[in-house]
Amino acid sequence: MGNKKSPRSNPKRKNGQCSCNREFVKNVLEKYNNDPTRLMDVLIDVQEEYGCISDEAVDVIAKTINYSVAQVEQTLSFYHFLSQKATGKYAVYLNDNVVSEMMGREEIADVFEKEVGSKFGNVSKDGKIGLFNTSCIGMNDQEPSAIINKRIFTKLTKEKVKKIVDGMKNGLDVEDLPGTDVKSNILKQGPILIKDSVLGDAIKKTVQMKPDEVIEEIKQSNLRGRGGAGFPTAMKWRFCRDAQGEKHYVFCNADEGEPGTFKDRIILTERSQLLFAGMTIAGYAIGAEEGILYLRYEYKYMKEQLEQVLNNLRKQGLLGKDVAGEKGFNFDIRIQFGGGAYVCGEESALLESAEGKRGEPRDRPPFPVVKGYHQQPTAVNNVETLCAVAKVMHNGAKWYRSLGTLDSTGSKLVSVSGDCAKPGVYEIEWGFTVNEVLELVGATDVQAVQVGGPSGKCIAPNEFNRKLAYEDLATGGSLIIFNNKRDLIEDVVLNFTNFFIEESCGSCVPCRAMTVQFKKKLEKILNGNGVKQDIEQMLSWEKVMQSNRCGLGQTAANPILSTINNFRELYDKKINKDKDFISDFDLKAAVAESCKTANRIPNIGGDNG
Amino acid sequence: MDKILVRINGKDYSAEAGKMVLDIATENGIYIPTLCHYEGIKPQGSCRMCTCMIDGRKMTACTTPVTHRMVIETQTKELEEIRSTIVELLFAEGNHFCPACERSGNCELQALAYRYKMMVPQFPFEFPNKQLDAKNSKILIDHNRCILCKRCIRRKKEPENPTWFVFKGRGYKTQIAVDHEMIDKEFDDELAQKAMDTCPVGAIIRKEKGYDVPIGERKYDKDPIGSNIEKGAKL
Repeated sequence: MGNKKSPRSNPKRKNGQCSCNREFVKNVLEKYNNDPTRLMDVLIDVQEEYGCISDEAVDVIAKTINYSVAQVEQTLSFYHFLSQKATGKYAVYLNDNVVSEMMGREEIADVFEKEVGSKFGNVSKDGKIGLFNTSCIGMNDQEPSAIINKRIFTKLTKEKVKKIVDGMKNGLDVEDLPGTDVKSNILKQGPILIKDSVLGDAIKKTVQMKPDEVIEEIKQSNLRGRGGAGFPTAMKWRFCRDAQGEKHYVFCNADEGEPGTFKDRIILTERSQLLFAGMTIAGYAIGAEEGILYLRYEYKYMKEQLEQVLNNLRKQGLLGKDVAGEKGFNFDIRIQFGGGAYVCGEESALLESAEGKRGEPRDRPPFPVVKGYHQQPTAVNNVETLCAVAKVMHNGAKWYRSLGTLDSTGSKLVSVSGDCAKPGVYEIEWGFTVNEVLELVGATDVQAVQVGGPSGKCIAPNEFNRKLAYEDLATGGSLIIFNNKRDLIEDVVLNFTNFFIEESCGSCVPCRAMTVQFKKKLEKILNGNGVKQDIEQMLSWEKVMQSNRCGLGQTAANPILSTINNFRELYDKKINKDKDFISDFDLKAAVAESCKTANRIPNIGGDNG
Repeated sequence: MDKILVRINGKDYSAEAGKMVLDIATENGIYIPTLCHYEGIKPQGSCRMCTCMIDGRKMTACTTPVTHRMVIETQTKELEEIRSTIVELLFAEGNHFCPACERSGNCELQALAYRYKMMVPQFPFEFPNKQLDAKNSKILIDHNRCILCKRCIRRKKEPENPTWFVFKGRGYKTQIAVDHEMIDKEFDDELAQKAMDTCPVGAIIRKEKGYDVPIGERKYDKDPIGSNIEKGAKL
C-alpha cells in the first residue's frame, strides 16, 4: 500500500494543551465546503494532523460552520479516536478484545508501558508517545495488534514492541517501524472470493436491464443481508426505490465492529472492485446517483488504495457520468470515515454519523429506506451483501440459488479466530455445520464457540452439529473458538461485557445503566460472593434489555445470558450453594476511603468485617 | 383527517392516523408512564419507560405512529416490570436524595418511584461523584441527578436554532453540558424557568429562586403521576 506520509507534525503545546494552526483548520473546512454535515471529515483531518483537536481548532470549526463550541464538542466527544487532549506524536491504540488477550496482550502492554515509560491512557512526558486501549480492530487472525497513527501492527511480540518503541523514540516515519504488514489470510475461497476477470460485465449487464428487472433478479436469487439480521436485499431495494424523495442514496456499511469479525477487511483490500460494482448496481436499482462507503476508522490504512481503485473505475467509465455507457445513469462513490464507535454499525446510527453527528441510533419508523441520509430514501447494505449482488448480476439468480440451502442461498464469509491452528477468512456455502468449520480450521479440545460475535451466542459442543444458516445458526460472520483451558466467564464474558459498556451510545437507560449492573453482578460472582439468586436475577433482566432501541442494546447482555443458558454449570461452580443471600453492598469497600482519611481501621464486624 | 381503528388493551378506539400511540392512549384515559417525553417536543424514545407491546413487539409508545388495526398492550406484567426496573436503574445510577432536592414533589422520577412502590432499588447504588456546573448566573446543573432524557437538549427556542444544552461523551460517561456561549448570551429569568420546568428531575435548578410552593403542596404530592389521565377515563 503506497501510503507514504510522514507521521503527524509534533503537537505544539501551550500550558499542556495542544495547539493548532488556524489556517490549516480553515483549509480543511474549505476542503469540505464549510459543510456542517461533513464535520466528521473535518474533525478526523485535524485530529490526524495534530494528534488532538485543540480548543482553538474547535473554536475555528464552530465559527466557520455556524455552530456553538459545545455543538462541535457534542460530536467530537462521541468518538473514540477523536480527542481534545493530546494523544502524542505517535498514538498507540492496542487492541484489548478477548482474542488479543488470549494471544498475550497483557505482556505486550507491559512492554509498551515499560519501554515508553508511561501508563496506558496517558502520553509520555515528552509528548511523543500516547498509549491507549481500543476495541477490536479487525485483526483477530493476527493478534495482538495495534494501530499507530492509522498504520496497523500485527502479531506483536516483546521484541517487536521494543523495536517499535525504539523507532518511535528515534522519530522514524510510522511506515518504517517494524511489523506493519497485515496478512489477508484468505484460507478458503468460494463463489464470492474467486476472482472473475469480467467485473465490469456485471455493471454492463445491469444497465441493459430496467431497474425493476434488476430488483427482480436479486429477488429471484433470494439474497439476504449479510450484516446478521438477514433482511431480503431485494425487498429493501424495492421499499427504497418506491419511497419518494429528492434524491436516493446507497450506503455500504463497512463499520465492521463486531469483535472477531474481519471478513470485510479482506474484501476491502482484496476485492474492492467487486464491492464497488455492487454499490453501482444498487444505485442503478434504487435510482441513486451517490454511493457512500462508510468505513470504520480502524481501516483508515486502506484509504489510498481504495481511492486508487475508485479512480481506476472512473477511468474505465464504470463510475461517474453515463456509467458503462448508459446515458443518464450517473453514479459515483465517496468514502466516509467513522471515528471509532461500534454502535455506528447500526444503520441509522451510521447515517447520523455520516451527517456529522453523534452516532446515536434513530427511532424507527421511519426506516432509512424511507428517510435515511439527509432524510432521503437510503439503502444501507453490508459489504458482503453488495459483493454477492455483483456476482448475482454476473452469473444469474439461478446460479446463486443453486448454492447454499433453500432459505439461505449463496455462501458466507466467516472470520475464524481464537484457539485454532488456522485463523483466517473462510468462504463456505450456507449449511456448513460448526463441526465442519472446526475441522477446517484445525480446532481441537474446543470448549465453546462464539457465533456471530459478542452480540451473538456462545454455544457448547452439543450444538456443534448445527448448521450455519439463517434458519438455524444465523451469523454476521464471526466464529471465535475457545478451548478447554479458557475460563469462559472470567476471560471471555467479562471482556465482552466491558465492551458493551464502553460502546453503548448512552441514550437508552437499560443499555447504558443495566450493562453496568450486569458487570457488577458478574464481578460479585467472580469474587466468590455469588448466590443462586444472582444468576436468576440476571436472567430476569433479559426482558428489560429487549426494550432497548437498537440491536446493540438488545444484545448487550447476550454474552452473559447465553453462557448462563448454555454453560450453567460454570456459574454454579462459582456460587455459594450453602447461602441464599449475600449483599451486593460491600461495607468495607464503601468505608475504605473515609477510614483512610480519618486514619482508622474499619471495625464493622460480621461477614463484612 | 383519516380516522383509523386501533385496539388498546382489548378495546377498540378510533384514532387519527399518524398520531403516536402515546397520544391516542392519553386521549382515551390510558396512562402510559414516560420520562423523556415532554408535550410539544419531538419525541425521542430514550428512557424506554413507555415501551408497550405493539403488534407483538416491544416498541416505545411515544415514537410509534398508530396504523389501522394496530394491536397495543400498555400494561402487561412484563411491561410493568420493565418500567419499575428502569426507575430503579435510574435511582441506582445517580444520586437522588429527595428530601434535599428542590424538585421533590414536582419530580417525575420520584413520582414514578411512588407509583411503582419502590422501597429501594434491586441494584447497588453507584454513588457517582459528579461535578456541579454553576457557571451560569441563572441556572445550576447537578449532573448527579440528571437522567439523560435529553428534554433540555431537544427543547429549542425555535426549531432552527441550536440548542442550549448538548450531550458530551458516550455510554455511561455521557453527560449533558451547558452551551455556555449560547446560554450567557440568551438566558433571562423566563428561559431559565423554562429550562428548569423542562427537566423531569432536579438536574436543572434555577438560581436565586426556590421553594415557592411548600413541600406537601406540590404537583405529585397531591395527585399521583398519571392520575389526571386516568381520571379522564372514568368520565
